[in-house]
Amino acid sequence: MRTATIACLPVLAAALMAAENNTFLLRNATVHPVSGPAIQNASILVVDGKIAEIGQKVAPKGKVRIVEARGLHVYPGMIDSGSPIGLAEIASVRETVDTGEIGDFNPQLRALIAVNPSSEHIPVVRANGITSVLVTPGATGGGRGASAGSLISGQASLMHLDGWTWEEMEIRRSAAMQMAWPVIQMPRFRGADIEALLPGLAGRRTTFAEARRNQQQQVQKIQDFFDAARRYQKAKASGESIQPDLRYEAMIPVLEGKQPLMIFAAREREIREALDFAARERLKIVLAGVRRPGKALEDIAKRNIPVVLGTTFVSPLEEDDPYDEPFTLPARLHQAGVKFAFASFGVQFARNLPYQAAQAAAFGLPYDEALKSVTLNAAQIWGIDSEYGSIEKGKYADLIVTDGDPLEVRTQVKMMFIKGVPVDLESKHTRLYKMYSARP
Amino acid sequence: MRHAILTAMLLAAPPVSAEVTVIQNATIYTVTKGTFRGSIVIRDGKIADVGEKVMTPAGARVIDATGKHVIPGIIDAHTHIALDSINESSVSVSSMVNVAEMLNPESISIYQALAGGVTVCNSMHGSANSIGGQNVVFKMRWGADARGLIYDKAKPSIKMALGENPKRQGSPQGLQIPGLSSPQNLRYPGTRLGVEDVIRDAFTRARAYQREWKDYEARKARGEKHLPPRRDLELEPLVEVLEGKRLVHAHCYRADEILMLIRVFDDFNIRGVTFQHVLEGYKVAKEIAERGHYASTFSDWWSYKVEAYDAIPYNAAIMHRKGVLVSLNSDDAGGAELMRRLNTEAAKVVKYGGLSENEALAMITINPARQLAIDQWVGSIEAGKDADLVIYDKHPLSSYARVEKVFIDGRQYFDRDEDLSRRPKFEAEKEGLRKKMTDQQKQAAPQNRRPS
Repeated sequence: MRTATIACLPVLAAALMAAENNTFLLRNATVHPVSGPAIQNASILVVDGKIAEIGQKVAPKGKVRIVEARGLHVYPGMIDSGSPIGLAEIASVRETVDTGEIGDFNPQLRALIAVNPSSEHIPVVRANGITSVLVTPGATGGGRGASAGSLISGQASLMHLDGWTWEEMEIRRSAAMQMAWPVIQMPRFRGADIEALLPGLAGRRTTFAEARRNQQQQVQKIQDFFDAARRYQKAKASGESIQPDLRYEAMIPVLEGKQPLMIFAAREREIREALDFAARERLKIVLAGVRRPGKALEDIAKRNIPVVLGTTFVSPLEEDDPYDEPFTLPARLHQAGVKFAFASFGVQFARNLPYQAAQAAAFGLPYDEALKSVTLNAAQIWGIDSEYGSIEKGKYADLIVTDGDPLEVRTQVKMMFIKGVPVDLESKHTRLYKMYSARP
Repeated sequence: MRHAILTAMLLAAPPVSAEVTVIQNATIYTVTKGTFRGSIVIRDGKIADVGEKVMTPAGARVIDATGKHVIPGIIDAHTHIALDSINESSVSVSSMVNVAEMLNPESISIYQALAGGVTVCNSMHGSANSIGGQNVVFKMRWGADARGLIYDKAKPSIKMALGENPKRQGSPQGLQIPGLSSPQNLRYPGTRLGVEDVIRDAFTRARAYQREWKDYEARKARGEKHLPPRRDLELEPLVEVLEGKRLVHAHCYRADEILMLIRVFDDFNIRGVTFQHVLEGYKVAKEIAERGHYASTFSDWWSYKVEAYDAIPYNAAIMHRKGVLVSLNSDDAGGAELMRRLNTEAAKVVKYGGLSENEALAMITINPARQLAIDQWVGSIEAGKDADLVIYDKHPLSSYARVEKVFIDGRQYFDRDEDLSRRPKFEAEKEGLRKKMTDQQKQAAPQNRRPS
């Protein structure tokens, strides 16, 4: 009995501390719930990691830790809707990169299980107000050419940017299935003759007809894979005794329309093909990496397909496009009535997610929409909006406290809470900054 | 078709030129002489007057810029835009080549950079070799030919490179291109040790060559008859570096290699070098500052390769505080993606390191101008300087700021409203060309031919 009591003590203490750690009253701030208008001089009561009350007159019951935020602003933590963070450390060193597995169809792969919780990128990205990320298993970027990357690259996972292990970081292990729609790929070289440069490639010039045929073969491969997965699903449902297959097993939630299929398609032709495919197969899809939707934009809107946009910090796709074409794309989607969220689709510049939203706001996107596209819209698209994405009673306290608009570069993030627990904003970068500022 | 459109764009945009232009009631960020609300008078391509109260000459074109913000034209000290060829990587020292010969005035990146407020850039040879080629400084005079773009007041310069890039062709794993890279065609150097040697060796040879010419000139002066030395196009630019007639832009990342190059330059008495990228410059800021060298860096790039793993966004702030003249650059090649938002790149030194807004603006205007030795004419809003000006609708460091007008040498080369109003015409023209192409294809298609 005595031994048991002693053994219990540290456990109890830890539990108490944890309870205290995620219970507090944040007060005197301007609260920006995103789901509604800003509230001046407001307080937020957080109990056990969840938002218990918000308002100008919040009275905590009993003694509670006070977080003073006078003159500061509170926003929901931002969500990056696509980044291989945790799976890629140094881009040029393959040993540190775990995206882009070999093979065309890898639906069984789960991004989360290889996330390195001590990646130096995590605190760096966090420091700019990003609390969670959809971690993607595929090679970064948009469409897929005839020879590179997977068609289905695996399950993207929603995770918090904090935790001792990837299990602790998990929000949804299988938030979406990542797929790339095949692209008609013509070699594009300017100023140099590729055959003269690379004799190995001489004679391999592709005509458009060939490129189109290659692409259609890839599309057929997708169809065949889905058909096979459907047969597996049916056989299994009918109670037939079949050999288990992890790839087809992983496809079942997609086929049932329960798990969104995140299809990367940049241009109108691929977007149309992807939309038609999804309609035929009755899939729940999210389009990603959309760059030039053309007239397909109306269909995207009509079918209520959500979109994940990559960074606005790119050059126009074509030389004769308007110079601001990537900057105005989000506004055009908004005008068409399409719901979208932003993704960094990278690691190095993931911390600039808020600024890519601001760039869209500078070129016609209403500010509130820009803010939503890195918070509430993302939560809605990934189906976690009952718990995340805005500051509302009952939701988890994923909060950032800033000295201004978080989409402005000059704004500083002063505090961060993930599920109500204060998170360190130091990183490799702040450590080196302090260390070398002090060099005599 | 692309060519036709580009040509159309070139022809359709005759820059507005008025005798005298006055930009009135703007917030003016002179960078060198403070920030105030006032006006700028432009005459003959130069800033004739600037101040809180200036006389508006009769008959001047007046631009009411109430609520607008004016900064000096942005200068990017490190790009590779508008070049049809960037690297001559076959040799370790390619100082004989000049990228100016590859300048393409029709490159759309010029217009994109212009629309982002950039008026001058240093477009450089690449980093494939320890000593690269000669660079070109040009203004975004969209519509001019290659010669017309080049800013002839800029001092000539040469590119150098340290670390992973010049090592690459000396490493069996470095360059994996089928048919090109094989153990047979590895090129020295393959280590940072070799990189130092290539540079030291080249300047040692240059010094000997310089002496040969000096001896020859001395003999000639004494009236002795003697054959001149054989001209060496590889060493001539390096002699110019030794004589202070040519600037050096040295691509580098790690603190050790930066220090190495400082010591090599010490031995050859080379000053005023701009260290490019210089991502670990913050570790040896003291040594860079001691010799009066400069730094041109990225705002927040890191981790894309091993030598960028210790890069921090506080680099510019630390170097600046330790006395180094710092600029921020884009390194853009192909499109002018980062060039056109150098204003918000500058805002990052306010965020990371707490520098003042004026210090931030200096890093994309007067500081790069000093590094390119053109600060006498550009880089700030002062009477007598070139009228290279950018008008923004909001504070230039704001994420929401948009460039409205850009002037170069007093001529308006970019106007957002004009750009917008031209679009329907271009779209129609493009559609027409597209139709023509499909019609031609239909005619050429065999199924449309009558059986004979």
